[in-house]
Amino acid sequence: MSAARGEVVLEVRGVTKAFGERQVLRGIDLTVREHEAVALIGSSGSGKSTLLRCIDLLEEIDDGDVFLDGEVITDPAVGPVAVRRRLGLVFQAYNLFPHLTALENVVLGERRAHGVSRAEADERGRALLARFGLAGREDDRPDNLSGGQQQRVAIARAFAGRPRALLLDEVTSALDPELVGEVLAAVRDLKGEGMTMLIATHEMSFAREVADEVAFLHEGRIVEQGAPSRVLDNPQREETRRFLRRFQRIDQKI
Amino acid sequence: MKLFVIVEVAVLAVGLGLALLRTSRAPALFPLRLLTSVYVDVFRGIPTILLVYLIGFGIPALQLTGLPTDPVVLGGIALTLSYSAYVTEVFRAGIDSVHRGQRDAALAVGLTEGQTMRHVILPQAVRRVAPPLLNDFVALQKDVALISIIGPQEAFRVAQIIQGQTFNYTPLIAAAILYLMVTVPLARLVDRMGGPEGVVR
Repeated sequence: MSAARGEVVLEVRGVTKAFGERQVLRGIDLTVREHEAVALIGSSGSGKSTLLRCIDLLEEIDDGDVFLDGEVITDPAVGPVAVRRRLGLVFQAYNLFPHLTALENVVLGERRAHGVSRAEADERGRALLARFGLAGREDDRPDNLSGGQQQRVAIARAFAGRPRALLLDEVTSALDPELVGEVLAAVRDLKGEGMTMLIATHEMSFAREVADEVAFLHEGRIVEQGAPSRVLDNPQREETRRFLRRFQRIDQKI
Repeated sequence: MKLFVIVEVAVLAVGLGLALLRTSRAPALFPLRLLTSVYVDVFRGIPTILLVYLIGFGIPALQLTGLPTDPVVLGGIALTLSYSAYVTEVFRAGIDSVHRGQRDAALAVGLTEGQTMRHVILPQAVRRVAPPLLNDFVALQKDVALISIIGPQEAFRVAQIIQGQTFNYTPLIAAAILYLMVTVPLARLVDRMGGPEGVVR
């Protein structure tokens, strides 16, 4: 890693979360610096989604702290709405609003949450859609769009609120294989402009390409974290090796 | 017809308000949520006709000043109480049917709980429950007609009295036909008003 690294944007310290009897997060420590992308890898059920939802305050954590720009956001006294306005979250299943057009999906947050005028929000929304290859689809409803197009609308929607950091929750997992590339291109584009991102993903080659750091989540803990070349090519921990071997076998089959 | 419109608007307002209360998550609203579900259980459990009788005759019988005695007003109140209970459940089912990912997404773009309900959940919920709501409109329209013909609430009662005295069921059949003469044309009319989305064919 280069010597001059950005300021810490997101910091997760000792976060635990249980759903009933099931302990999903068992003490997560994680740091995301400005302009950096951290890829969160790990098998299904390892807690990747839960961690992202906890950071965006969609789930209440049991213990620990999350800091955004040095300010604790998981304190019950902090208003969750104001925190969510500073973050963007993209869901695995897109979760677009089906009763709204693509453009309306993108501008809803800006208009209602950020109080931007309609004309201004629309203009910016159109530009964002065009940027992600969706010019001409502004007035389409989600069910008229392919999965890849829907997910790009969702990325534009999350990005529209000018978030301090973007949280991406396996954004390609619900897509047909031939549509994965266009969504990854959108993420690459955001990375190129210096967006700070925490990316839960199953795409190892993408993690290698776009991430500054890879964190391996196993049974509710981050067992290994570091540069992609180190974690993916020269893992120190047995759990990481086992996980990556499984992935290589899948890759070879394809 | 005028009564129908007034009662319908009141039912929609009360039903929506109670449904929002019933689906709210704020812990502070728990007592109100409990009251709402008691209300729904009670007024959905009492036959509408019995409620119309109870309120239509019971309220004037109390002889309290300040309470309305006009049978049309009392009948309207009874119908509103009864139908609001059904419509509350229709709205609640609609709200519950919206996938929870929608709420997550709305909160994630920075909307408040209220904005989430107004801009994301309700528009989808109302669209989904339009057919069952229309069904309830038809039923309400019929029941309004019931009040107006039994305005002197005699058709059914007189039939009951005669039947009780003579053990002859013909008067009840005559009363039923009388009801149908009013409700069937009204139902057809509402069907036509409902257009292609009309549920009752």
